[in-house]
Amino acid sequence: MLEWRRRREPSMAMLWLSPLIAIGLTMLAGMLVFTAMGYDGFHAVGSIFVTPFVESQRWADIGVKAAPLVMIALGLAIGFRANVWNIGAEGQYVMGAVAGTGVALLTYDMTGWWILPAMALAGILGGMAWAAIPALLRVKLQVSEILTSLMLTYVAVQLLYYLVRGPWKDPGGFNFPQTRMFTADQTLPAVMEGSLVHIGIPAALVIAVVAWLLMEKTTAGYAVKVVGLAPAAARHGGFSAARTTWATMLLGGGLAGLAGLFEAAGPFGQLTPQFPVGYGFTAIIVAFLGRLNPLGIVFGGIVLAGTYVGGEIAQSTVRLPQAATGLFQAMLLFILLATDVLVKWRLVRKRRAA
Amino acid sequence: MTSAITVSVLMTLIAASTPLLLAALGELVAEKAGVLNLGVEGMMLCGAVAGFAVAFSSGSIVLGLAAAALAGMAAAMIFGVLALSLGANQVATGLALTIFGTGASSLIGAGFVGRTVERLGPIFPAALSEHPVLRLVFGQDILVYLSLALVACVAYFLRRTRAGLILRAVGENDASAHAIGYPVIAIRYAAVAFGGALAGLGGAYFSLALTPMWADRLTAGRGWIALALVVFSAWKPGRLLLGAYLFGAVMTLELQAKAAGVNWLAPEVLAMAPYLATIAVLTMMSLGRRTGRLDAPACLGKPFSAP
Amino acid sequence: MTSIITRRRLTFGAAAASTLPILGRGASAQSPLGVGFIYVGPIGDHGYSWTHDQGRLALEKEYGAKVKTSFIENVAEGPDTARALRQLAQAGNQLIFATSFGFMNPTIQVAKQFPKIKFEHATGYMRAENVATYDARFYEGRAVIGTIAGHMSKTGQAGYVASFPIPEVVMGINAFHLAARKVNPNFKTKVIWCSTWYDPAKEADAAKALIDQGADMITQHTDSAAPLQAAEQRGVFAFGQASDMKAFAPKAHLTAIVDDWSGYYIKRVKDVMDGTWKSGAVWGGIKDGFVKLAPYNDAVTPEARKAADAVKEGIASGKLHPFTGELKDQKGEVRVKAGEHASDEMLSKMDWYVDGIQA
Repeated sequence: MLEWRRRREPSMAMLWLSPLIAIGLTMLAGMLVFTAMGYDGFHAVGSIFVTPFVESQRWADIGVKAAPLVMIALGLAIGFRANVWNIGAEGQYVMGAVAGTGVALLTYDMTGWWILPAMALAGILGGMAWAAIPALLRVKLQVSEILTSLMLTYVAVQLLYYLVRGPWKDPGGFNFPQTRMFTADQTLPAVMEGSLVHIGIPAALVIAVVAWLLMEKTTAGYAVKVVGLAPAAARHGGFSAARTTWATMLLGGGLAGLAGLFEAAGPFGQLTPQFPVGYGFTAIIVAFLGRLNPLGIVFGGIVLAGTYVGGEIAQSTVRLPQAATGLFQAMLLFILLATDVLVKWRLVRKRRAA
Repeated sequence: MTSAITVSVLMTLIAASTPLLLAALGELVAEKAGVLNLGVEGMMLCGAVAGFAVAFSSGSIVLGLAAAALAGMAAAMIFGVLALSLGANQVATGLALTIFGTGASSLIGAGFVGRTVERLGPIFPAALSEHPVLRLVFGQDILVYLSLALVACVAYFLRRTRAGLILRAVGENDASAHAIGYPVIAIRYAAVAFGGALAGLGGAYFSLALTPMWADRLTAGRGWIALALVVFSAWKPGRLLLGAYLFGAVMTLELQAKAAGVNWLAPEVLAMAPYLATIAVLTMMSLGRRTGRLDAPACLGKPFSAP
Repeated sequence: MTSIITRRRLTFGAAAASTLPILGRGASAQSPLGVGFIYVGPIGDHGYSWTHDQGRLALEKEYGAKVKTSFIENVAEGPDTARALRQLAQAGNQLIFATSFGFMNPTIQVAKQFPKIKFEHATGYMRAENVATYDARFYEGRAVIGTIAGHMSKTGQAGYVASFPIPEVVMGINAFHLAARKVNPNFKTKVIWCSTWYDPAKEADAAKALIDQGADMITQHTDSAAPLQAAEQRGVFAFGQASDMKAFAPKAHLTAIVDDWSGYYIKRVKDVMDGTWKSGAVWGGIKDGFVKLAPYNDAVTPEARKAADAVKEGIASGKLHPFTGELKDQKGEVRVKAGEHASDEMLSKMDWYVDGIQA
């Protein structure tokens, strides 16, 4: 007989292996489920998990999709480490885009190199401001940031709707609810002429490395981890939980806001009601897929972005419905969360009772 | 407004509030036991599609409702295994459950698009249920009465029964409850299953009563409103009833005002109102805590594993 | 349960058939013409995206093995659009239909990168050498149902469940109202803006609110069949949207404006096969078969039937234009002079309502 035994130390090997095991199991389960449903399960799984990564034409697409996910997840993960559960990154992402677009509309008839940095700054501040509300409520009134940050997401989305349908509507746009297109000075430049790869993608990678250094090599990162793991010890050691909450919430909000601005000024080039597509929520999955580790998150972001790209390939080749992609993503996270158990527990042969 | 219109508006209001009340009441019980299940929308969609599929295939709306409750419960069990037995993060599990429910319901429902079933009708005889005024009381369908009865039952259960006390204890202080000898995980499973069943019924209210059909994402985000309502209610069933009907009233009266030619209300402002109100209530609750005793269940969202 | 099983078998067959050509992706002279579609909604919406998918299925039926169609559904309007288009382009499709207004900018952008592939964008106004646009004159259908409403309404009031005040919706409301007013000069049309294309419960409640306020004719420019169901429940009449929705409301459903893209799709595929495809703008109406009316309900009175048919034939023959002057907006300003009719350009930018509409 087998039984679960708690490990004395979390297994580092399992910590890193379990995402890979989860991906493998998801592929296997997906193959079985979709074959049972009458689709070509083998090619479906291949299209979603393999094709996007082997066809070089798809890499830029993956990068474009992964960059905002990674950027948001990095900020969230640092908060999660400190037991700060900001799940309203979607709202902060939207508010970053809204604030940046505000600057863009104000500077519409101006030119200059400074416009884009000003938009980026506004984006960061917009996201931070939106995250500051749950931070304030948690620090001052002990109100759960899970609930407030989630509620504020819906407020942000409605605010966006109001702006693009009302005051910010493109005067030359036939009443369609969307803003003007941004000018050249307001648009995120591509890394190479004609490439899809905008500078937000290398920026996300740089931020990941900085976040890793912050978490692993600085006192601040250590403080975050201690506050999360052992609040009592943290108090003893002089680390302030309130300050950590503020810092991680603002960092998460700022990064989400910047990601929002990059998305608006990059791939979108304007603000439309279709702007919020749930990146703030998907980033939570990315953060877990990456084990809340900045470098792991880059990996998690690429895998998840790949499933979106691959989901479309599967639709157009084996006619797997779009809903199946969502099912795959949910399955991936379910299995990952389940395999997490291997980090803290191990399966051993049961000894006979003496 | 004439009395006929008033009655008609109130009927619409009750119908709009009922699925919110059902789903939120289930989530309230789960949260009282200390479990935050963000998968309400996903469970509602599972219930909506299962209810429709079974009602359409069997021709029995009662079987449909039963299937909806079971489907919601089954979805909740996925959450239970991961978040309760394996101690996975509840936020992540709940979000994954919503993604799962959206995808699964769409796949299952694909064969039922464009079909319809007979609407869930009033349970009392026509003399009562079609009376111009009395139909307000006697013209409702079974889920309306069930949801109201359940509010009373849940309120009684939580406040007056021993089992309710234990459930609250599990949500307030799981370690102590465990130390006293209560099966924390089993109780949480029961609470989550109840939440799933009610979310499933709430979802089926769309596919069988409000708009008897299946179409992708039929519930259009009502699960998130239900989550907000639980917080708005300060985890009290009576206030939840008030909140759900208040919200149903805002939704219904907005449309009535527009039909009457009042168009100055920005729909976006109304749409954000429940969320802002919820944050305001949370804030006031916390401000008043020094004098009062209201609060969220202390263990809300935290995994428990026996030491 | 039988329905699911048959559907699954069908899908399986289709999937199996479609995998073969993919293995050898390099197109040879004999290989079928690849035709791709992107849809903004799920094909399971039974609304706008579903009607386009019906057009795709009609292509398969018409050309059999000579075409290979593929589609991507639920494509978000924005960066995801460009990616889905590129995916279809790189998978060897020669003709790609982008079926929603919000796909416009990405379609133009991707078309630049694939000059040899033909793109068709529905309901937009930007074109290029390899990007054509197509649209349907839905307002012609609205004029027909407006005529029926004018004849059959007892309260003289219609309720209009609408999405967003974009030109396509605004011109539909005006066309409906003008036709009804021609029959009943005191006709009123009340509009509720739902601010969504799709929220069945909300659409149903909007219809109920309009009925409470005295409307006994419900029409809609949102995607679900919910307003019809509400009309059926309340015992008033209604008109279907985008497809025949009689199944949802057998008594209330008087007729429906049916979008039929199949003729256009079949023609454009033929153009590509023959090498005669050219960019351009097509705005097809009743005459061209883009807009059809579902069979009338038995409840439609002979008088209303006759009048509706006359409007339909008048529009088809070009003798009748739904927007014939004199037309005044709500401020009393003359927008179309007596004896003239609104130009296509004016329609495509329409943002004003004729008097008698409460919007």
